[in-house]
Amino acid sequence: MKITYDWLKDHLKTSAKEDKLIDKLTDIGLEVESKENLSEGLDLFKVAKIIKTEKHPNADRLKVCDVDIGKKNIKKVVCGAANARKGLITVYAPPGAIIPKNKTKLVVAKIRDVVSHGMLCSESELNLSNESEGITELSSQKYAKKIGKSFFSKSSSNLIDLSITPNRPDCLGIRGIARDLSAAGFGSLKLLKDKKIKSNIKQTLKVKILKEKNQGCLSFGSCLITNVKNKESPQWLKEKLISIGQKPISAIVDITNYVMIDINRPLHAYDADKIDKGIIVRNSKLGEEFTALDNKNYKLEDGMCVISDNKGVLGLGGIIGGTRSGTELDTKNVLLESAYFDPISIRKTAKKLNIDTDAKFRFERGIDQLSIEDGLNKAALLIKEICGGEFSKIDIQKIETYKNKIIKFEPKIFEKITGFKISTKEMINILDKLGFKLKKEKKFFNLSVPSWRPDIVQEIDIVEELVRITGYEKIKIENPIKGRLKNTLNQPQKLFHFLQRAVASKGYLEAITWSFTDAKYNDHFKEAKKEIKIINPISSELGVLRNSIFSNLIMYVRKNLDRGIKDLSIFEIGPIFYGSQPGDQSTIVCGLSAGKKSRFSWIEKDRNIDVFDIKRDVIQTLVEAGYDSEKFYLDNESPSYYHPGKSGRIFLNKGKDKVVAYFGEIHPNIIKKLDIKTESLVGFEILMDNLKLPKKPLKDQKTKYLVSDFQKSERDFAFIVDKKIKVQELVKVISSIDKNLISNIKVFDVYEGDNIPDNQKSIAISVTIQSLEKTLTDNDLEKINNLIIQTVENKTGAKIRS
Amino acid sequence: MSDIKNIKDQFILKLKNNLSIDEINEIKTELFGKNGLISSKFKTIGSISETDRKKFASDLNLAKDELQNLITYKINEIDGKKINEKLEKEKVDITLPERPFVRGKVHPVSQTIDEISSIFSEIGFSVEEGPDVENEYNNFTALNTPDNHPARDMHDTFYLDEKKEVLLRTHTSPVQIRTMLKDKPPFKIIAPGRTYRSDSDQTHAPMFHQVEGLHIDTNINMGHLKGCLNYFIKEFFEVERIKMRFRPSHFPFTEPSAEVDIGYELKDGKIIIGEGDKWLEILGCGMVHPNVLKNVKVDPSRYQGYAFGIGIDRLAMLKYGINDLRAFFDSDYRWLNHFGFDPHDVPSNYRGLSR
Repeated sequence: MKITYDWLKDHLKTSAKEDKLIDKLTDIGLEVESKENLSEGLDLFKVAKIIKTEKHPNADRLKVCDVDIGKKNIKKVVCGAANARKGLITVYAPPGAIIPKNKTKLVVAKIRDVVSHGMLCSESELNLSNESEGITELSSQKYAKKIGKSFFSKSSSNLIDLSITPNRPDCLGIRGIARDLSAAGFGSLKLLKDKKIKSNIKQTLKVKILKEKNQGCLSFGSCLITNVKNKESPQWLKEKLISIGQKPISAIVDITNYVMIDINRPLHAYDADKIDKGIIVRNSKLGEEFTALDNKNYKLEDGMCVISDNKGVLGLGGIIGGTRSGTELDTKNVLLESAYFDPISIRKTAKKLNIDTDAKFRFERGIDQLSIEDGLNKAALLIKEICGGEFSKIDIQKIETYKNKIIKFEPKIFEKITGFKISTKEMINILDKLGFKLKKEKKFFNLSVPSWRPDIVQEIDIVEELVRITGYEKIKIENPIKGRLKNTLNQPQKLFHFLQRAVASKGYLEAITWSFTDAKYNDHFKEAKKEIKIINPISSELGVLRNSIFSNLIMYVRKNLDRGIKDLSIFEIGPIFYGSQPGDQSTIVCGLSAGKKSRFSWIEKDRNIDVFDIKRDVIQTLVEAGYDSEKFYLDNESPSYYHPGKSGRIFLNKGKDKVVAYFGEIHPNIIKKLDIKTESLVGFEILMDNLKLPKKPLKDQKTKYLVSDFQKSERDFAFIVDKKIKVQELVKVISSIDKNLISNIKVFDVYEGDNIPDNQKSIAISVTIQSLEKTLTDNDLEKINNLIIQTVENKTGAKIRS
Repeated sequence: MSDIKNIKDQFILKLKNNLSIDEINEIKTELFGKNGLISSKFKTIGSISETDRKKFASDLNLAKDELQNLITYKINEIDGKKINEKLEKEKVDITLPERPFVRGKVHPVSQTIDEISSIFSEIGFSVEEGPDVENEYNNFTALNTPDNHPARDMHDTFYLDEKKEVLLRTHTSPVQIRTMLKDKPPFKIIAPGRTYRSDSDQTHAPMFHQVEGLHIDTNINMGHLKGCLNYFIKEFFEVERIKMRFRPSHFPFTEPSAEVDIGYELKDGKIIIGEGDKWLEILGCGMVHPNVLKNVKVDPSRYQGYAFGIGIDRLAMLKYGINDLRAFFDSDYRWLNHFGFDPHDVPSNYRGLSR
């Protein structure tokens, strides 16, 4: 909502400075978004007279004009306007001036080799009207003696742009803002001079509101003004509209706009001669069409509130009028409409047709139902004053009568909510100035809510009015009490934070990417999951919810590789989605690592990052998070986006649990398709929701401290086994022989090739044998040694290598 | 007797020469070998007269010890010299780079969430969460934002179905609804998380982060709201003095509602919080609307309290001098490295929020 202090003073008696006004507006909830001096630089625009024109030597359509800008100063200006002629008084803008319409700053320019000192302006360029044909023509009668003077009259009032919250339709009118200010003690509200239409003429255009289901129009007031002469608005009206950044059009249109802004009463003016017989307000029928004042053709659906005549739709009530019945400069008879439309009906229609107008913006927030007559009176009187003619009596049709809302308000509730007190006297004063009618009962007030406040429906709304006007700075600070009744984080939240920092500590940079992604990328990683489309995505590249974090992460890895970063590890912890219902999501820690280890190191040989690097990162993270790696079970059934031979999945326990992680090289086909240029790309996903949470807190998880100081013995074994046998099985077999004696099983060599039969491999394992109870004798050791060999041979078909 | 002294003196003199390790070993054999000069002497002890024997033995032992010590000393001296000579050759250029290491970082938004949680933890808030996909009821209707209400225009919403019943939450406020439906009052929670609006330019991203706060009890008023936010802002920005302004605003789910600005000034293009006379809007808040309480079956005549919503990304930008919101989600390795935090830098109350 754009206002000026000058306009505000039409309704508010005050002598306070503008700075104070700005602060006060914000203090009472009418936030000042910006303050702009519209007239700054406008004094540069001068009234000037063309004293000579010549054809431009190098261009047929251009003229070179000698322009008298006063004080015997003649400037040469190149001009393309057809109406530029000797003797014309017009508006001259010198170099340095900023053209109001497009905000460009003029400079001395050479136009086809002729230097032009400034410009002659059209009305459109000066934001005076839409007239862009030719330069402004000023009447020589009025302006002959003003050559050299500033064209714009000086206005000191700034343009103040307010951000009005959607609950305050009343402040979409200057008077509403003035009322709020007066309640807050900033000036006093001027009484409106009760000027009413006096007429004996009947309104002869019949208006009928059809009583239909969901009729969007509840009342329709009208006034017929005959024999008017529509024209340019008088200076005061033009200046008023220009002062808030609006463009004057014609007197009738300007008057309706002025009334709308002044008292938030939208009106519509029809050319009465273009209405066939009478007006019918009704629901539209599917397929009806009309051309609106925005020059677009709208196809209507069933049930939209339309103003129509015998021929069809004239306009959408409260939203936009039609071209068929619009007023023009030659309009003779005007029908003024001042109606009340239901906010929900307005909103539905405007949304469906995607129309946004000043009227719609106001009606959908709720217009004062009792302002119908005020609006007609004010506008009709102005039309008669400016355009002449005769007005009829006001005609009002309605299908519903407005009822005052009554609220019971207990004053003590104010302190309960705000924590501070104000006197009942103060309360009454504020409410009275805001327009409430108040009846004091014993313990409460009976409040009648003003008709312009649709937002006020219950007690708490009254508290808000009172505290808002009193000032939020009066609220006393109650310092918080330190202390905690409940843990800040629950176990999954603790795990989340732990995993986040554990993965980061392995050299990964944490990224946060969108929860949505490009379906093209997502397709590579979604597996059997359902694609979840966003109906109205910001762009097609962000059209689906991600089924995997890889969909985004891999794209950013590629971007970084393209930036020339060769070795990088990034991860994200966040949601992936498997359905479109709330809760169909799970938390994943997902990482990608690309390139080499030890690139350009003088001391270590570089090598590609491999699956065992990423396996270490995953296992170490899980171990750090408190899971026992000795119980982990791995197999290689990983999703299809991993390299089928160089990837795996991890379970916390064999058989019983859900998968907790996948890891491996990314499938070479995907790397190729996505055109990722790197030596190696490996990734992992930890499925946080599948990680079982410990039942006991950490303090109770520590087992008894048991170590042996008896001599330990390290034995090495080399087994030849079938290639299909996994090291994991071999280690499990050995470790389960005797948990008390055998520990620290290490695989220190794996070999295939010469001296080993095809389809077999050699695995060398070191085992630590130590007793908690005694020093083992050679005999004991030999026994356990043999037991290990026998058991491994029996259970896996391995042969000890001799 | 003088014989022992002679031997001793003679060999001490000999050992004073610059000898090689072999020469010293030769001397050692000459003295202490099987038939060495000293060894032979010990064999004669038995034949010494009883009166002289004690002294003889004592002199002999002293001579032995002295010579042995001297030999050990000489050997150590030569060994030491050898090692030093060897080490002299082993010098490396210690300014060569260490073996390569990698360093990960935590995203500034994550760090900020941890800082926020840490501050609210101190005054008794616990952390709640809710899903990113919400139904229309929890995101709007239950929060007193009925269908076809212009307040919905303040949220450009992403929808997942044509009927507009399922959406990406536009704020963290639906967590209020979930929390209050799930438990019984009092409530004292914060809910950080991802939020979504179909809005995208330099200062808006289609996804951003908010933290919701909710405190409901029998006697919580606007003074408590002011106190809580005043405390939070001071702690978060780690400044002694903060200028804060509550100004009336409107949110359908709170009444009365406020927006909070903090004072700042620009110094060399950087925002300095707490000083100066410019205002920066950082959050919205208010007393939970009685309609909202009714919707979650909490009796508004018994319980009341406040709620707030803060933009986390914006807080991080202000605190850590980050200019461009879009960069948060662009995963530029250089940016993540520059603005990220060491994973060991866990915000905590006892050591201060940030280093």
